[in-house]
Formats: sequence, C-alpha cells, structure tokens
Amino acid sequence: MNHGISPQSLVEHGVATSMADDCIVIVRDSTSANLRWANNTLTTNGVMHRVDVSVVSFVRQSGGTCTGSVSGSATTQAEVDELVRAADAAARAAAPAEDVAELVRDRTSPDWADEPGSTGIEVYDEVAPALGEAFVRAGSGGRVLYGFVDHQVTTTYLGSTSGLRLRHVQPTGHFACTGKTADLTNSAWVGTATRDFTDVDPLAAEETLAQRLAWGRRRVDLEAGRYDTILPPTAVADLMIYAYWVAGARTAWEGQSVFSRRPTGTRIGEELVRPEVTLFSDPALTGLQCAPFTVAGVSTNESSVFDNGLELGRTDWIRGGELTALRQTRHTAEMTKQPVTPAIDNLVLDVDGASGSVEDLVAGTERGLLLTCLWYIREVDPQTLLLTGLTRDGVYLVEGGEITAAVNNFRWNESPVDLLRRFSVASETVPTFSREWGDDYFSRTAMPALQIPDFNMSSVSPAQ
Amino acid sequence: MPEIDPSFTALPYRELGAVALGRAQELGATHADFRFERIRHQHLAVRDGVLQTAMDSDDEGFAVRVIHRGSWGFASGVVLTRDEALRVAETAIAVAEVAAEMTPVPIEIAPEPVYPDVTWVSSYDVNPFDVPIAEKAALLIDWTERLRRGAAVDHATAAVGQVQENKYYADLAGTVTTQQRVRVDPNVEAMGAGADTFDSMRSLAAPVGRGWEYLTAGVYDWDSELDQMPELLAEKLKAPTIEAGRYDLVIHPSNLWLTIHESIGHATELDRALGYEANYAGTSFATYDKLNTLQYGSNIMNVTGDRTVEHGLSTIGFDDEGVQTQTWDIVRNGVLVGYQLDRPMGHMKPELNGGRSNGCAFADSSGHIPIQRMANVSLQPAEDGPGTEELIGRVEHGLYVLGDRSWSIDMQRFNFQFTGQRFYKITNGELAGQVRDVAYQATTTDFWGAMEAVGGPQTWELGGASNCGKAQPGQVAPVSHGCPTALFRDVRILNTTQEAGR
Repeated sequence: MNHGISPQSLVEHGVATSMADDCIVIVRDSTSANLRWANNTLTTNGVMHRVDVSVVSFVRQSGGTCTGSVSGSATTQAEVDELVRAADAAARAAAPAEDVAELVRDRTSPDWADEPGSTGIEVYDEVAPALGEAFVRAGSGGRVLYGFVDHQVTTTYLGSTSGLRLRHVQPTGHFACTGKTADLTNSAWVGTATRDFTDVDPLAAEETLAQRLAWGRRRVDLEAGRYDTILPPTAVADLMIYAYWVAGARTAWEGQSVFSRRPTGTRIGEELVRPEVTLFSDPALTGLQCAPFTVAGVSTNESSVFDNGLELGRTDWIRGGELTALRQTRHTAEMTKQPVTPAIDNLVLDVDGASGSVEDLVAGTERGLLLTCLWYIREVDPQTLLLTGLTRDGVYLVEGGEITAAVNNFRWNESPVDLLRRFSVASETVPTFSREWGDDYFSRTAMPALQIPDFNMSSVSPAQ
Repeated sequence: MPEIDPSFTALPYRELGAVALGRAQELGATHADFRFERIRHQHLAVRDGVLQTAMDSDDEGFAVRVIHRGSWGFASGVVLTRDEALRVAETAIAVAEVAAEMTPVPIEIAPEPVYPDVTWVSSYDVNPFDVPIAEKAALLIDWTERLRRGAAVDHATAAVGQVQENKYYADLAGTVTTQQRVRVDPNVEAMGAGADTFDSMRSLAAPVGRGWEYLTAGVYDWDSELDQMPELLAEKLKAPTIEAGRYDLVIHPSNLWLTIHESIGHATELDRALGYEANYAGTSFATYDKLNTLQYGSNIMNVTGDRTVEHGLSTIGFDDEGVQTQTWDIVRNGVLVGYQLDRPMGHMKPELNGGRSNGCAFADSSGHIPIQRMANVSLQPAEDGPGTEELIGRVEHGLYVLGDRSWSIDMQRFNFQFTGQRFYKITNGELAGQVRDVAYQATTTDFWGAMEAVGGPQTWELGGASNCGKAQPGQVAPVSHGCPTALFRDVRILNTTQEAGR
C-alpha cells in the first residue's frame, strides 16, 4: 500500500513548522475492507484507505491561551503546511479558551517508529468462501441471509511541541448477519465483534440462524404490557452505551442529565443502582484493548485539546451500585471537584455473583420473553434517561424454562438506569457487540444478560 | 449563480480520473466510474457566551467503482498521484473478482444519457467559508447571551455546521460532472429548570441548502424567535403534564417533516423494499407487490420525491451515478405510486421510471460506495387550503405540535413514536397553553389515513436533517422535506413520565 510520506514525518513536519507557542499534530492512517450481502448474494463491497491529519495550535495572548483546530485529508508536507497555517491563524484569531491546562509532556511510545498497521480484502480469505457456502446452505434450507463484515485498522500518531510521540494501533471489526425465512415472516440475527476475523465462522452463524428461525415455527401474538424479559448481552450493551454516552460531567453538573443533582451538582457518590453492579472501562482489557491515551482534535463540551496524551487506566463509572465517576476533561474535573476521568473507548458491566449464560436464564424462567436485540433507540426524556426503541429480529416466548414460540415485536420505553435497579437475575459477563451502536460508534463491550421482571412493552410493532 | 470554487478546480481530478478509468477499461471493466470529492466542514459551538468548539475539517479523496465479471468492485484512496490512481483502479478490479464468486446474478445498470462536461452549483448568496470565524462566533455568542437574559434560562447553546461539498464524476460512457453544494445547519437551545424538572427549548429553524445569509439576512426571523424562546421555555417548565389518551393533532411543518422522513421517505426507498438494508436500517412494509394498490393514507395525501427543489438538502444537478435529477410522484391521492431508485434498481424495475433511474444515488464521501439515498420527499399542500389557525379551529380536543425532538420507528416503518419542542392543548378550536411530557405513537398507514386536512401553500415549509444515517459501512446524508401544516384525527398520546414508571 502506498501511504505516501510516513505518518511520523508528517507529525514531525507539522510540529516543527508551526509558528504557534505550542502545537499538537495527530495523524490517523486508516485502512478498511468490507463485504455486504442481501438475498443470499453479495451486494456492495469496498477497500478504503485514508489519512487524516488534525493540527491544534496554541497561542498565548493577553487574557489567556487561544487554540485553533483544523483537520483534513493530507498525505504530503505541503498539505500539512496548509493545515498548520490554518490552525495557527485560527488560534491567533480566537478568544481565550476556557479549558486551559498544562500540555502533557515528554512521553514516547516504544513503537513510535513502526509503520501503520493495515488491512485489505485478504482479511476475508477464509471468511469469503465460507460465506459463499453459507448462502448456498441457507438457500437450500429456505432461508435468506443479509449481512455485513467490516474490518478497519486505524493507526494514530500523536506528536506535540511538548515532547509527546504516541502511537496506537486500533483494529476494529465485526460480523453481523440477519436470517429470514423465505416468506419473510420470521427474522433472526447474530452479530459479533472481532479484531482480526480469525474467530469468525459464517457457517456456525448460519446454523444458529437456522435454529432461531426454527423457534419461530410456532407463532404467538402478545399484547403490549409489562413482561418478565431476558435482555441478552447485545441488548444490554445497546442500553449501557447510551447511559455512558450521556455521562458527560458538564451536562450533569449543569443540571441536564439523569446524573444531575440540581440545581448545580452531580450524583457522584449516590447509590444509583443495585449494589452488585459495576460499570467500568479499561483500555488494557484483553480482547477489548483501546487507546491508552486521550486523543482530542477539538475541544467540545466533553473533550479538551489540552488533554491530548493523558494516560488512561481502568475507570469505574459505577462501583458497588454507587455512581463513582463521569466522563471528564481536566476542565470539567476542576469545575466538579472530581478526579480526571476521561472517556475510554470500551465499556464493561459486571454483576457481582452472577453466573451462567442466557440459556441458564431461559431455563430458570417460568413464563417470559427472550429478546434477540434492540433497535432505533432514542432518548425521550433526559431527566430519567427514558429511552424508546424496538425489539428486533426475534422475540421468543419462554414457558417452563424452554423456548416455545416466536412472538411479535414491541415498542418499548425504559431507562437503563432504572433497569439496573430492577433486574432480577444476571448472567456472567461476556464480550458482546451492540446491534445499534456497534457498527460506527462503539463496538468494544462486555456485558451480562439481564432479566427484567416488568419490562415496559409500550405497544405492538407489526414489523417482521 | 456562484462559481465552482477555484481551489477545487485546481485539483488534479481530471488527470487522475483519466488514468483510473483507462486502467479499469484495460483490465476489462464493463462499467467504471471515478469520483473525486472534497468536503469542507466547519463546526462552531458556543455554550453560555463562550466559543467551545471551532473545528475545520476537510475530507478529500477519490474512488473507483467498476462492474467487472458481473460484480461491483469499489476502492478508494487519498494520495493524489497517477500511481495511486492506477493502484486504486486495480484494487477495485481485484475486489470485483473476489465478489464475483458470491454474486450469482450479474449486476446491470439502467441506461442514462451522456452529459459530456457539465457543471452545477447550488443556490446561495454568501459562502459561509468566506466569513471569518470571529464574525460567525460573535453572532452565536450574542444569541446565547440574548437567551440567557431570560429569567427561566440557566444555560444556552448555539452551534452551526457549515458544509461546502465539491464532487467531480466521470464514467466510461463519457459523462463528466463538476458540482458544488453549500449548506448550513444552525441550532440554538435554551435550558432551564423548574421545581422538580428541567427542560429545554430549541429553535425551529431547519438545516437548509443556503449560505451564511440564512443566519443574518432576513431569510429566517431569528430576532423574534430569540426574543420568544425564554418565555416559551418558562411556560413549558410550568406547564401541566399531559393526560394520556387520544387526541386530534394539528402538526406544524417543523415537526411533521421528521414524521414524513421516517414513515414515508425511508419506507419508499426501493433498496429497503428489496431487502438490501435488512441487516441494518431495515426493510419496508411498502413492498413492491403493493405498488399502485397500497392505500398509504387518506385521499388528500400527495407526496413527491425530488432532488431539484431550491435550497433542498438533497438537491443537486446530477447524482453519484451521473443521472440528471428529477421530480416524481411517490403517493398520489393516498395510493403508493413510486419509489426512490438508483441505476441498478432502475434496470431491475423498468416499469417504474421509463427504465431510467430517478437519480437517488449518493455517497457521503470519496471513501464510500454510492447507494440509493433519500430525495427531498415532500407532502403537497392543498391549493386554496386552510391556514394553521383554521385547522386549529376545527379541533375540539387536541394538540398543536411544533418542533422535532425524539424520534423512533421500527425496521419495517410501521410503528413510530415522536416527541416535539412544544405541545399546545387545543380546546374547542382555541390554543389553551402548553402541556408537557407528550409523545405521539401510531402505525404509519393508520396515521396517514387519519389525515383529514392539509394546509394551503401559505403553511408550507421546508424542514430537514443533515445527519440521516443508512448503509454499512454507515453513511450520512442531508435531506429536506417540505410540508404544510396538517390535521390528524384521533392519535394515541402517551405521557412520557408515566412511561418511565413515575
């Protein structure tokens, strides 16, 4: 692959040529390959390469430090020059920043000098023929497959005039497949995150879909209402990611989230949910590894360019049922008088004492529902974090510890914070892939299944 | 009309395109297209009088898409050299060869006239990238300061996204297009708290295909809206909670556009009806066998698709497959009569548009393959139709709904739930103050079937979104929806605090 000039030299060039008092240059080299299929045939595909450069300039002027953030596709020194000039000019024209802090200093990643990682269509050398075979098996079994595989490798190089030279390689991938019966009246789904596709088996996934579609041979229509409901790990991930997303310290502090103690303050220190619950992030977690330092091309309500290079370690957001931290910049940490706990790109929910699998939860259920996944989740009321959404691709009736039929879909209205207060049983925590957010936003999660005795199914959805 | 930005026309896309298309042809591609894009984006965000975010980002690169051995092959790159153009063309061919093993039915595309070398520029007066950041930030800072003078307002935010999108397209058939679009997406919000509640009030201004003049030059009445927002928020914070039940709804375009988007726009994308989105965005209840028979709504319901309306976010001269854009019917007198198409679907369903695509192919950047994306799908007003006040006057027990907020709809576009910025109680034909905690929930065909009246052209407004998501890998598209104020009878209303079990 022709990457043009090396990312490190683009960083060095930018840092050296900036005329500002300080400068941070972030280069992201990203390659990806994908295959998409529908109706048992491939539909689209692609192999992409991009290089994005972000330049942040810092200028100390009367009244404070001003910053300018500019980013763009750039693969040559001349293009980086243009970004640096624009960032320097933006900083000079800016008003003093409110999130000023000392820049992080003098750290070099041991692999700084290494080339960027990369991927290509060859990552599917084994998956693609197996997929072709899965299409044939599905077709002969009266089933239709629709799905997507995506693999991306992004290598981030972060350098600064304050002596940072940090590198991180992030592989991100997933396999997801929807199966339908030929008459399109029954639908099932499987999805999994992967770092390298060595652990993806399309034929096994096809078998799982066939089994789930077979559960749908008996169909029972249920009305809206509150049901004893088993949320599998993917659905729990959908909900917990939303709670994490709105866990910014500043919005909480200023009275605008479920984590606010009004008029000004946060609920940190409060018993928020059941005491068995711990929600945490840890960049070093095996299988879910993510960037161990903060990268911020721009300051927002929830990120600060001054924080680039901050080291990240395990952070407990909820520990023993108590809210212990919110997503902070150093600026909001000062505002809220809390430790600096920046965002981390993975999320784990652990329930103390929980064991077993989804199947064990099913076996222990007299009458209830097992969901496959959730969809189209949106906030209805930030005050309670009431979310609405749908069930999707398989709601199953559990009777006497066994799955006995498929049920219609529902629209639900629930708050993740409330669910962590109300669940009756949890399974062991396992790696999982969020159906709603895993594709483009947040794919590194480990969650238990949760059983909710009175999940609010607000109305029936006729969707199949 | 503005000219194409000379800093774009100075880029080497013609040469790279010729090299890439030549290589694809040499290697045996039966179709090949080359797309070069540069998308300039600037986001400014102010919170409580302080500019928090000022971000400029450019996305620039090129893509080659081929049909080879009956399959698609797509590859993209960012290094602007002849060697890289050759490599990307070769990669697209190699990807098509992998895909051919899994593509039993060969890909074909509908014919389209050749447009040898055409340019198109959207309608705007002031390119937002020609206005200094400091001047733009000052305006947003002033907006938040004005809002914060209101007694009920604790915090205020103002933000504006600005985009200049340049596309160059060339294909083996000989079509060459060079285009430029400009759009702005301003957003202002006031936040406050009552005794045991907090809430917000957001501007009703829609994102639009205009320039900076939208924020300054009397196109939209910012002054009166900014003056009213604090009082509207104060009233909302004190408003009684809604009694759940069934109500008649008079819905303003600032809310109805989103219901159109979700329940008509997405449902009439033919790729969804054919199952291409089954693993992600979903399918559609409006399946192809229902064409010309499905009673989508009441007989006053007329919906068009277009990529031509002035200032529309989906509006452009030629789509990302070189198809000239058009206007067509989707629902006529309440019956489903059309879909949104790209060239492969135009070929598959020649009866729909005379064997031609209706120009809905779009890719959000050079790194993504074009797919069928939404046209401006719009509800038509009634000629000589009533005004909003007259519609309200026809309601005994109902709600008047303004502004969009929460939205969710199922994967076949049946069951939806929406909230809004403000809901006014209507009692005996008169507005009787705001109510809180409202969501409306319905099934698409029931809802449109319950539409008793549409307002006249004087009530028609263009709403829209700059962030419509679809496809894997995910792509974002801007789209507008025009509609009049409309009256719906007997719709289910939820109380959202009761839904939360409080």
